[in-house]
Amino acid sequence: MHSSKPNSETRAGDDWPSELYRMLKAADVRQMSYVPDAGHSQLIRMFSADRDVTTNVLTTEEEGIAIAAGAWLGGQRSVLLMQSSGVGNCINMLSLSAIGRFPLLMLVTMRGEWAEFNPWQVPMSRATQPSLEAIGLKVMRAETAEDLVETVEAAAALAYESDQQIAVLIGQRLIGKKKW
Amino acid sequence: MPMSNASQLDRRAAVAALLKNRKDTLVVSGLGSPTYDLHSVGDHDGNFYLWGAMGGAALIGLGLAQAQPGKRVLALTGDGEQLMGLGGLATIGVARPRNLDIVVIDNQHFGETGMQASHTGRGVDLTAIAVACGFAATGTVRTIEEVKRLATEIAGPADGPRLFVIKVLAENPPRSLPSRDAVFIKNRFRAHLGFAAT
Repeated sequence: MHSSKPNSETRAGDDWPSELYRMLKAADVRQMSYVPDAGHSQLIRMFSADRDVTTNVLTTEEEGIAIAAGAWLGGQRSVLLMQSSGVGNCINMLSLSAIGRFPLLMLVTMRGEWAEFNPWQVPMSRATQPSLEAIGLKVMRAETAEDLVETVEAAAALAYESDQQIAVLIGQRLIGKKKW
Repeated sequence: MPMSNASQLDRRAAVAALLKNRKDTLVVSGLGSPTYDLHSVGDHDGNFYLWGAMGGAALIGLGLAQAQPGKRVLALTGDGEQLMGLGGLATIGVARPRNLDIVVIDNQHFGETGMQASHTGRGVDLTAIAVACGFAATGTVRTIEEVKRLATEIAGPADGPRLFVIKVLAENPPRSLPSRDAVFIKNRFRAHLGFAAT
């Protein structure tokens, strides 16, 4: 059967976006901002349909770093969704999170590392983790759906309870090959 | 394009007039002169001063406005800082907060780095960009009387985000320096809103 949807939405018994949504809601996330990625599409739909969560579509990923800091100043927890190519756009703005010790939770779907069809995704894929670590973020990584939910739960606690700046990298192997 | 719209307005006098009756308005200032201008009017627990994160002032304002819909939020920034965040005007236009105002103190120059001419003196009109992004109101003012009227206007309700440009003289008044400790300023700001330090 052919499908235009990513594998993540068709794999039976493997509904990690719904589990992430429930977990982030339980963590009292009230704002979500994103630059779209196919791997995040279900999570984006669920948050966008939630009237208790304010969602912002961004023109470039670093906008979400600033929005997250403003949300925290105003007393709300937030989450930022992007793909690995967007990490490079964020680096200077991450100074704000780092120097202000603002809680930050970024969920980054990886491109350019597993069955990738677009070579232009590869250089930033390679630079994603080193550049995040260079600006001071803690990087966590998940390769399976079970591991991802547990990892994001731990990352959320580290961010919101311990004022840490965390990027969770979601392996491209988990997302599945892009169909187009 | 020739230099246009040169103004003789003193930026400190303009910011003082703008914030004279700020009441419980929360203010985020963009790095460089707007941060000094905001501090020169008097330090305030409801101020968050940026010393970096160029292009982020209005977007910090957006996250704050969304978290505090009952309070007015002002992003006070400069032409260079806002030019670096042009895409953010589209994001704010789509988000359409009713309690966020952006005021650009526009000297048409990058004042911190040697007064190089910026885009706003060469024909780029931030208010026209804001209109195209769906802002509810925009305007450009050049005199202290106009700033006083603007202060009254932004104290009132809005249907969506607003962006105003205050054209000022290109000069660097003596620096008025707030704390550069962002953790301290952050925690002070949150305590002002009733959130305990964790």
